[in-house]
Amino acid sequence: MDYGDLIARLRSGERRALARALSLVERGGPAARALLAAAYPHSGKAHLVGVTGPPGSGKSTLVSQLALEWRQRGAQVGVIAVDPSSPFSGGAVLGDRIRMQQLAGDTGVFIRSMASRGRLGGLARATADAAILMDVARFDHVLIETVGAGQSEVDIARTAHTTLVVDIPGMGDDVQSIKAGILEIADIFVVNKADREGAERVAQQLRTMLQFGSRDANAWQVPVLLTVASEGRGCAALVAAANEHYAHLQQSGLAEACAHAAAERELSAALQELALEQTRGPAWDTLVRQIAQRTRDPYAAALELLNQWKQHQSCNGKPN
Amino acid sequence: MERTIRVLVAKPGLDGHDRGAKIIARALRDAGMEVIYTGLQQTPQMIVEAALQEDVDVIGLSILSGAHMTLLPKVMQLLREAQMDDVLVVAGGIISDEDAQVLCEQHGMHAIFGPGASTHEIVRYIKDQVGVARE
Repeated sequence: MDYGDLIARLRSGERRALARALSLVERGGPAARALLAAAYPHSGKAHLVGVTGPPGSGKSTLVSQLALEWRQRGAQVGVIAVDPSSPFSGGAVLGDRIRMQQLAGDTGVFIRSMASRGRLGGLARATADAAILMDVARFDHVLIETVGAGQSEVDIARTAHTTLVVDIPGMGDDVQSIKAGILEIADIFVVNKADREGAERVAQQLRTMLQFGSRDANAWQVPVLLTVASEGRGCAALVAAANEHYAHLQQSGLAEACAHAAAERELSAALQELALEQTRGPAWDTLVRQIAQRTRDPYAAALELLNQWKQHQSCNGKPN
Repeated sequence: MERTIRVLVAKPGLDGHDRGAKIIARALRDAGMEVIYTGLQQTPQMIVEAALQEDVDVIGLSILSGAHMTLLPKVMQLLREAQMDDVLVVAGGIISDEDAQVLCEQHGMHAIFGPGASTHEIVRYIKDQVGVARE
């Protein structure tokens, strides 16, 4: 199918076209791939900003305020807000819009809620693809809010140019701040709910932790900023820092290196998805049973599926 | 593969009682649907714009204030203007049978569930209807 028309409608700012396109990539499969193929050449212009942190740290409120700040500067803002799917029913309650009421009625903003649909890294499978579509629809900044994250939901750093890690006072002692994982991925630290007791101490601990790190004069110096998102306090400075970080990426050549690394991961992910789809033939169930019964191991079974696929390809004469 | 049903649950108007809306949101989640919950005090414009951005299959409106004959027809009118007639629209709350009939027959709402409707019944209705409305 040809998606050129849909892409043209996206680029002309047609909101319903964007909404439909987002659903298409969420569903995945060949249609989603064809759409992305058509979208890809037009992407790469938007500044992707990730917002992650523990549940209840104020991510949605912060996203809303950041969007307002960027709107005041005349930019168009897309928002993708991810919430978890139920591991039991597959359903989800997506409640991030509740905190984004101030953005209602502004046609320079587009908010899309997304369920994680079984992914564990803090994003949904289709989040990066959705960001590409918002990019194509000419949003200058795309804010991506992750699932409430603990310590290892670090997918966002691979998707976003600028990653904001949100912390709040009272989350634990200062050893928390030198643990690996989510704290390492911050380009900007935000201590939200800074009107609460202990905010300055948290900020100080984070600053101390950052000083332990390597000192390269040309490297980005990760700022620690205090906000009270519910009142908009500190959000202008945060937007300025995010813009500065993006400019730093461009000037230092890091943007190119990041794009290369991202491309490699995208290729690898696409290959995995396609390989799964193409090899999942009639033998699948039998192999699964044999592995469960310990009469076969997963690697041997995977190899057998790949070999069967190769044979099938050579019989058909041409790869598809 | 079965496609995931997306539902917008919203409370139009000014009443602040969202217990029913939350119970419905939870029941639909447990039935495998993705529920976008927008919270209290939504204007018809906000509801339709959110439904558009989220590309939902269903809009569920909870209204207890008595203003349903003003707000619900407005939602339906805005949906038609936005060419979103294919979205299934249901409501729940304190709505008399006479009003329900008018809302369905004259304004194109699909179903009204009063107090006493079971969540099971609502889930079944949505699952049955969504395929019909959007294919």
